[in-house]
Amino acid sequence: MTEAAAALAPRVTVLLSGNEAVARGAWEAGVLVASAYPGTPSTEILENLAAMEGVSAEWAPNEKVAYETAFGGCLAGVRSLAAMKHVGVNVAADPLFTSVYTGVNGGLVLISADDPGMHSSQNEQDNRRYAPFARLPMLEPADSAEARDMATLAFQLSEDLGLPVMLRLTTRVSHSKSLVELGERRVPAPKAYRKDPAKYVMVPANARVRRVDLERRLERARAAAEASPLNRVEWASGSEHRAAGATSSAGAAGARHLGVITAGIAYQYAREALGDGASYFKVGMTYPLPIERIREFAAQVDDVLIVEELDPYMEEAIAAAGVRPRSGRPAVGKAVLPAIGELSPARVRRGAQLAGFLPGLPDPVAARADAGETAVVPEADPAPALPDRPPVLCPGCPHRAAFWVLRRLGAVITGDIGCYTLGAAPPLSAMDSCICMGASITVGHGFAKAQERLRALHAVGEANEANEANEADKADKADEANEADATGGDTPSKPVIAVIGDSTFFHSGITGLMNVVYNQSDVVTVVLDNRTTGMTGHQPNPGTGVTLQGVGAPVLQPEDIARALRVPFVEVVDPNDAAAFEDTLRRALGSGGPAVVVARAPCVLLRSVKPKKPYRVDAAACNACRACTRIGCPAIMFTGTRVEIDRSLCRGCAACVALCRQNAIREEGVDL
Amino acid sequence: MTAVTNVLLAGVGGQGTILAGKILAEVLRRKGHDVKLSEIHGMSQRGGSVVTYVRFGEKVFAPVVEQGEADFLLAFEKLEALRWAPFLRSQGGVVIVNDEIIQPLAVNLGQAAYPHDVVGRLQGPGRLVIVADGAAMAAQAGDTRTQNVALCGVLARQMVAALRGDWQAVIATMVPPKTVEANLAAFGLGWEAGGRVGQDQALLVGRSL
Ligand code: SF4
Ligand code: SF4
Repeated sequence: MTEAAAALAPRVTVLLSGNEAVARGAWEAGVLVASAYPGTPSTEILENLAAMEGVSAEWAPNEKVAYETAFGGCLAGVRSLAAMKHVGVNVAADPLFTSVYTGVNGGLVLISADDPGMHSSQNEQDNRRYAPFARLPMLEPADSAEARDMATLAFQLSEDLGLPVMLRLTTRVSHSKSLVELGERRVPAPKAYRKDPAKYVMVPANARVRRVDLERRLERARAAAEASPLNRVEWASGSEHRAAGATSSAGAAGARHLGVITAGIAYQYAREALGDGASYFKVGMTYPLPIERIREFAAQVDDVLIVEELDPYMEEAIAAAGVRPRSGRPAVGKAVLPAIGELSPARVRRGAQLAGFLPGLPDPVAARADAGETAVVPEADPAPALPDRPPVLCPGCPHRAAFWVLRRLGAVITGDIGCYTLGAAPPLSAMDSCICMGASITVGHGFAKAQERLRALHAVGEANEANEANEADKADKADEANEADATGGDTPSKPVIAVIGDSTFFHSGITGLMNVVYNQSDVVTVVLDNRTTGMTGHQPNPGTGVTLQGVGAPVLQPEDIARALRVPFVEVVDPNDAAAFEDTLRRALGSGGPAVVVARAPCVLLRSVKPKKPYRVDAAACNACRACTRIGCPAIMFTGTRVEIDRSLCRGCAACVALCRQNAIREEGVDL
Repeated sequence: MTAVTNVLLAGVGGQGTILAGKILAEVLRRKGHDVKLSEIHGMSQRGGSVVTYVRFGEKVFAPVVEQGEADFLLAFEKLEALRWAPFLRSQGGVVIVNDEIIQPLAVNLGQAAYPHDVVGRLQGPGRLVIVADGAAMAAQAGDTRTQNVALCGVLARQMVAALRGDWQAVIATMVPPKTVEANLAAFGLGWEAGGRVGQDQALLVGRSL
């Protein structure tokens, strides 16, 4: 097609989520290498790229591997990206911080999808902080069209500046659909690969040189930010706005002209809440901030409100630069807007009212915030007295069967990240800790080591007590008893069980297990191996024998890895067989050293798993004691007078059968 | 500012609310509207409470609907209808509630009670509350998994934003190929039912205050 014909051809507009748009934008920019570890809300980026032509798209075992893979692609001269959720960037932070020293060959883009409000995450860290911390440029889209554009531009920017570029998304951008005009893919000529140790071998002598060069590149990035069309001003409607020095003209005569500085999804909330009566500085490139243009903007308005989700990231930089509106009043931000959780138009409206920028009194909760009590704490959603509906393990989930046995062993259960974290919730309540990917085994190891020391202390204490018994008066004895309590009394011998899923084991469990073997603790590691990455929507992993793009791969078995790590006790068992599972666990606990029990049963949502015959409750035999409900299966319903099994939900796993002392739970069609 | 119409689709993870929202948004896109759809997945997929927001009009900024703003609430389950009812306009609004009860775990454990008189509590000034039997329509269409599309049919008839054929064209491209026929049948039943509000008590009960 000639260019003219292309211009005449109808442009295709489609509805895309932010994640789909990022994949599309990267693809149009000619990305060739992409790697990621699945994590909400980032997962669909690689899933979409994998289906597009001409891209090597992979699930890496973890985010550090993903980022280093992308770096390798960039080193070879092609455009490359790595995508991850916010906490994944912590895992990839090591290579990230040095990759800004080396800089890039082909364009390199890091996509961080943050989760304000923690819809599916263990924290809500604001990854914008990574940009100034690691010193890499950052772009923040506010909808899918921008996500597409910025994903494309990021590669060019990366190559122009010689720096990796971070594209920062949030859940509401990643998982909202809006209109996107599609473009065509253009793969740029690859950059020639030239061996250049001074640039790419970061030994101290080279790194010191690159450290200085980094500042030069950042200087260029600052200039790029000041010139970037991604940063734009939208003047208040009806304002015959002229350049600096113009008098206020927004709204009614004498009304103060409000200038809003905002970025990402917060821009949409601000536009929704404050309308056309305010002027906006929409920041698209949020590191380096275009501080001189922001200064110019501020000089033309009477008040400045900074609307950003989570941390006062822009607010701090703007304050540090001494930016003020022409009234001289300080810019307002987190003094009136929550720094915790997601923003919303209502929260922005309330903040603007608190600051006196909008007429009307804020509601009482916000008024309390005004009094300085809880300005940073969002108001709780007005909760009608309705039963909650939190996520639960699916009917027939093998994790339920596993936890039902695990909770009976009187062990400390250190947990990990995945569907099985739901086992921490009542009624199973079978988890003591959950911190981050891979932390089950390592935290368990530390716990076991502490108990070892406490046991030693305890033994010494008891010996001393026996020696001094004759001389000690009553008060001393009481003190010693307290000391014994402080060391845990009788408790420092609790068995420790680390529970980790298969994908999490591959992600970062293996190193921890190596440590258990090397530094010898008696932690029993239970790998809940359901042959998939369940929580994020069933992605393949190194244990599944297939890759993201559907290519066959060797099946890595956790038990083989454990044996290779010289774990002395390694067994595989089906957790749906409660008796066998319990027996294996007890033997593992009794083995007195590191042990691995692989509890293998596939996720019931996998297409290959056919449901078994559903069970039912024999109404005549059931005395409504509700013992069976304690296993927390959503298929078991208590109607107020009777217990029933919803046959459309029941997967026939039989986990509940043994709980019924009346033998009322039977296979469909079986009567006693 | 130009008017934006707000639709909430609420249900329980696994009920197909997400697909229903996608179909609605695509219909609206083809009608030339600016559309935004927002949903939360992740942990909420595992039988948790889920909601999809769809907003359309000439220009839409925020992708989320706020309390007191929804023009339409399509609830796939009764308790979820009640949970999201505060999002409806205080005056008017249309609620379509599936005649379906899925007890949350706390109710099954006897720790909480399932609310009584859901339909009564959904009523409001100038509001139309329609109870739709999605399961019956899906069964009649020959595939129990087409409840979501049957409910879309009821909504479609109430929304007047698009014609029957607009919806059918989108459904045909968005549901799994093998289920197109059943889904179109389910949609048709929903559409018919939506037009008989207040008449056919067996299939559909319509009440208006
Ligand atoms: S998706 Fe699979 S692993 Fe997750 S709760 Fe359901 S059955 Fe269990
Ligand atoms: S009702 Fe019993 S047999 Fe059926 S899925 Fe639940 S626990 Fe398994």
